[in-house]
Formats: sequence, C-alpha cells, structure tokens
Amino acid sequence: MNTLKKITKNQLFIPLAALLILAMFNLIMDPGFFKITLGQNNMGNYVLSGYLITILDSGSELAILAIGMTLVTAASGGQDISVGAVIAIGGSAMLRVLCGNDPKPAQLHAPIIVAFLVSCIVCMLFGAFNGTLVAYFKIQPMVATLIMYTAGRSIAAWINNNTLPVISPTASPSFAYFGGFIPGIPIPTPVFIAIICMIIIALVLKFTNLGLYTQSVGINESSSKLNGLNPQAIKLLSFVILGLCVAVAALIKVSRIQTINYSVIAKDIEMDAILAVALGGNALSGGKFNMPASIIGAYVIQFLTTTLYKFKVQSDALPAYKAVVVILLVVLSAPVVREYLSGLKKKIKAGGKEVA
Amino acid sequence: MKKRVLATLLSAVMLVSLAACGSNGGSNDTGSAGGSTGGSTSGSTTTTTTTTTDSGSSSGALIKVGIINNDPNESGYRTANDADLKAMFTEANGYEASFAYSLKNDEQITAAQKFIQDGVDYLLLSAADTAGWDSVLKDAQDAGISVILFDRTIDADESLYEASIVSDMAKEGETAVNWLAGQGLSEYNVIHIQGVMGSAAQQGRTGALDDKVKAEASWNLVTQQTAEWNAEKAQQIVQSVIDSGESFNVIYAENDDMAKGAVAALDSAGISHGVGKDVIVMGFDCNKWALEELLNKNWNYDGQCNPFQASYIDEIIKTLESGGTISQKTIIMDEKGFDAATITQADVDQYGI
Repeated sequence: MNTLKKITKNQLFIPLAALLILAMFNLIMDPGFFKITLGQNNMGNYVLSGYLITILDSGSELAILAIGMTLVTAASGGQDISVGAVIAIGGSAMLRVLCGNDPKPAQLHAPIIVAFLVSCIVCMLFGAFNGTLVAYFKIQPMVATLIMYTAGRSIAAWINNNTLPVISPTASPSFAYFGGFIPGIPIPTPVFIAIICMIIIALVLKFTNLGLYTQSVGINESSSKLNGLNPQAIKLLSFVILGLCVAVAALIKVSRIQTINYSVIAKDIEMDAILAVALGGNALSGGKFNMPASIIGAYVIQFLTTTLYKFKVQSDALPAYKAVVVILLVVLSAPVVREYLSGLKKKIKAGGKEVA
Repeated sequence: MKKRVLATLLSAVMLVSLAACGSNGGSNDTGSAGGSTGGSTSGSTTTTTTTTTDSGSSSGALIKVGIINNDPNESGYRTANDADLKAMFTEANGYEASFAYSLKNDEQITAAQKFIQDGVDYLLLSAADTAGWDSVLKDAQDAGISVILFDRTIDADESLYEASIVSDMAKEGETAVNWLAGQGLSEYNVIHIQGVMGSAAQQGRTGALDDKVKAEASWNLVTQQTAEWNAEKAQQIVQSVIDSGESFNVIYAENDDMAKGAVAALDSAGISHGVGKDVIVMGFDCNKWALEELLNKNWNYDGQCNPFQASYIDEIIKTLESGGTISQKTIIMDEKGFDAATITQADVDQYGI
C-alpha cells in the first residue's frame, strides 16, 4: 500500500502513466506502431524510420521549449505565450544572416554557427524584454508576453524585408542536417540536439543553485528576498534561458524545411509547451518544479499527436483532443477534487476494514 | 495610480517599437520584388501612403485612383499582388495612386471614405471581409466614383461596382485534377493535404479532387488532412502515412509550402519523387522556388493563383475613360498550370512570385 502511494505521489507518475496508456493503446490497436526499420533516404544514407523515431524526432522542439517554459513557470508563476512568435523572429534573423539581402543565395553569406549565435542573441533579447516587463514592471506574464505574441510574426517578416528566403541544398547541404540527418548517422539530428539540451540543463540544475533559487522565488518572493536573493534578476534570467531554448528550437524548425513562413512557423507551439509543463504535474502557479516530468510531458503530447495522425483524425480536431487532456489534468489537480478523492480513499479503506 | 503609469509606459513602449519597425522597414528596402515592403509598417494594421511625387500641378491629365488592399505582409501572393499594382499605377502610366492597407474590414471602410472625400476617380478594392460595404459603395456611386473589385468579391449589389476581377479557385482545382488524370496512372492513391478549412482556396482546390475521387473507382484518397498551409504539419502527415506502410503515388498539396514539407518527408524516407519517379508531387501558387523545383524535375505540377490583376484593371479603366462599357461584371483571370515536363526558365521568371 505504501509503495503504491509512493509511486502515485511521485510527480513523474502522471506523465509516465499517460505515456504508458498511449503505448498500450497503440500496442493493442496495431503492434506495427512500434516497428522500426532501417532504410535508405534520398541522399543515399541509411536512416531509421518508424512511428517511435518520428515521435522522438518531432517532439524535440517541444522538449527543448518545455525546459525553458518550466523555469519561467516556476519563477514567475505564469507562462510565456510568445514562444511561437519568437521562434519566427529567431528563424528569420538566422536566415537573414545566412542569406544577406538575397532570398535565394547561391552560397551562404556567413557560417551557420554565426547565424545561430546571432539568432540566440536576438531570442535572448526578446526573452529579456518579456522578462523585464514581468520582473520589473510586475505585469502578468501572459499579458506581458501578449505583446510579442501579437507583434512577433510581423517583426519576423520585417527582418527579411517580407521576402521568404530559401536555402537550397546546393547553397549549403549542411544546413538541412540540423532538422534532418547527418550523413552516416541513422538517428535524426533533432534527437541529439534535444539530448544535449537536456544534459546541459541537468548539469546546470545539479551544479548551480538555479533550481533552488527559482523555486524559492516562485514559492515566496518576499521571503526569498529577505534571504538575500534577487527575485527580479532570477525571473529575468528564467525568461532569458527560455529565449535560448527558443533559438535552438528555431534552428531545428527552420532547418527542417530550409525556409520560413512567418505566419505559420511554430504556430500554437506555446500552448503545447505550457501543456507539457502542466502534464509534468508542475503547478502553473509557480514554485516547485520537476524538469524530467516536463520533458516527458512534451513527448507525451507528441505521442498523442502522432497517434491521432496515425488514426487519420482530422488534424484541425487535434486541439480538441488536447483540450480534453487539459480539462482532465486541471480538474484532477483542483483542490476541491483532490480533497474529495482523498476522502473517498479513506472511506474505501474504512469499508475494507469493516469487511475484514 | 501605479497601474495607470504602467499602462502609459507600456503603450509608449509599443508605439516606439512599432515606429522603429516602420522607419527601418522603409530605409531597409532593398528594391527586391519591386520594393513591395515600401511604406508598410510591420506591426500596425493600417497605413496610407501617397506614392506620387510633387510634380502634380499638371495632374489634370492624371487619373486619380485609391487602392485599398490587404497587408502585403500577409503572404507571398499578397506581396506580389501589391508589387504588381505599384508597378502599374505610376505617373508614367498616367495615374496618381494612393494606397491603403489593412486586414480589417472596418479600417478598410474608413480608408474608402477618406478616398471618397479626397475625390478619387476610381476606387480599387480587395476587401478583407465580404460584408458591410453597401453604404460606403453607395456613397462612392453618389460621388461619381467608379469602384473596381480585385482579387476578392463582396456581398453587395452588382450595380455598386463596375467590375470584379477574381481568381476561380474551383477552376484551379479542376485544371490540376485534369492534368493529373492525364498522367494515365493505372491507380491513383492520393495524399491530399488541405489548406485552412473553409478558405476559398481550400474549398476550390479540394472540391475538384473530391468529385474526381467519387467518380472514378481507380482514384483513392490515402489520407485527406488539413495542414493549415503549414509545411511542418504537412511533413508530419506524410511521415505518418509513410510510417504506416500504406502505398501512395500522388501528393496533392494545396499550396507550395505544404508540398515542400511533404517532399521533406519523402526525402528522409527514401521515396523518389518527380518526373518519371514513384510519387507525383503537386503544389499551388507558383512561388519562384517551387517552379525551380519543377524545372529540376523534383516536382511534377504547380497550379497558378494569379496575383497580377493590375493589367486587367488598367484595361477596364482605359475602356471606361474612353466612354466604353464593360460587357462582363465578373472577370475571371487566366490561370495556368505548369507541368515539369514542359516548363521553361522563361516561365519561372515570368510567373514565379
């Protein structure tokens, strides 16, 4: 009984259970879901393919964003709804550096790493803008980030003079590696990028006080201030870190199709990122957080999306299914329901004893 | 009190950032695509610019036109459309043109009222929404201003405008489906990737394919999904079909972006596509890069959605000015479909947007 309680109390329980349910469902409906095959792609490289690979591949951006979103949620008690728009800005800035003024360059104007670093700086600046509004001007995070949510995609279009740059494989074969495959490696590159991000954040949380400080600011701002922390700086920092995550996600997104469409790139991804944090059992009102749970939450969402695609559910109905998940989560975590459930448990226990 | 200060500050910040966009947008203009970004600010919704220079004392000979369009930032189609209009309605061609951009109907109506007060000779309109135009068009008629609709129709009495120049999306779909039928495959297993559901382009391009699939036993839809004009979504949809192991030989994507996403999925799965290959790839809109894919035989077909309405409008104005009448109210533009087997570099240069 105690061990069962321990398991269900663990924060990883909800996302792992959700993952398990989805996996079981697919196993029963079609065991072929788990088949992974090795084949040749059109460049002649051997690559792995199958639904599981697709989930790991397509879920990468979301997992990376979930890292930043978890920190922002924990520190500020609110969410950043501008990540999709800032991905457009970051991607646009990257392409602007790569292409210069020519939307179809014969060769790149700058090394990819330079473009990526510029995009990182740009995204971190926009993160800092959001963070400043939240930390120093004490605006509700959702309201503060609404500004970039509205204006971001127009800014992205303006960066490239409203043209849509395309990087052809002849200009740079390696640009497509980040969202595709590196020759000779059969696993999609985004998976590696996501793993690197996870390792970095794990090391940071282990060897610095970032996690502790973030949580204490989220739990009680004034008492952490009395203890010598600077809550504003920490909130700002969390938004800047999210900015960095956004830049990495932008690299993958742009590299996947080697072009950009400002109005649709990473559309509605902010909602998925917030959902990932919620699925991870983290309180959306801030405070304690569990990073692995959020990341697993992100893959659960991708698992759900891929499953629905497999069963040919109309893709414009996907948000409705996600909404059902959100409703379940929110209702289950509401204090009223929790109290009722624990009361019910006690009753069952008492009843059990009587019978015994 | 604190809140009020904050609100003021915030709005100031927004204003400054928008203004910054505007001025830079103008000065950064590289002149590509006919300088289409001209005076449009990226963040705001309406801008009115007069493009004529001040040599206008002799402007008695010039025809004054007020052009109300959607924001050129909206899409590549709109950018090309705006550039085409700007290139046509110049002083050299005998016009004095003023432009107003908005994606919002009410702002467009306000702009129309302003143009009526300014006493333009012609009002050219691509309406954001079909409803709500009756009274303002009536005002225009009373003031003796001729109204010409382009690109989009409105729900108003036909007597209120001289002509309407539009694309026939259903015909675009038919042209594409007829071309596909002409390929003579023994079996058509189609992955159909749709645009945003309910949009005119989606309805027209879907309708023709749906009819054909219903009519012919050898035509099957492997999947029919909306990717909402989004390349990544299209990639995931096609990836899902590939993972399931179902066979298909046609990708019918309702715009170029989605076709590109689909091709990315094919490439990573090692499925050959293009002329004489396993899978036929079809797109719409004729982006320049897409036509180049056709030229390289990686795709098979691209259907045009013609953004070049300026010459049609010019012709109508010339007819009206010389006292002639327009025989047809609704003018449907010629729209081509390009086949990778016959496309030439000249086509790419002329029709690519």
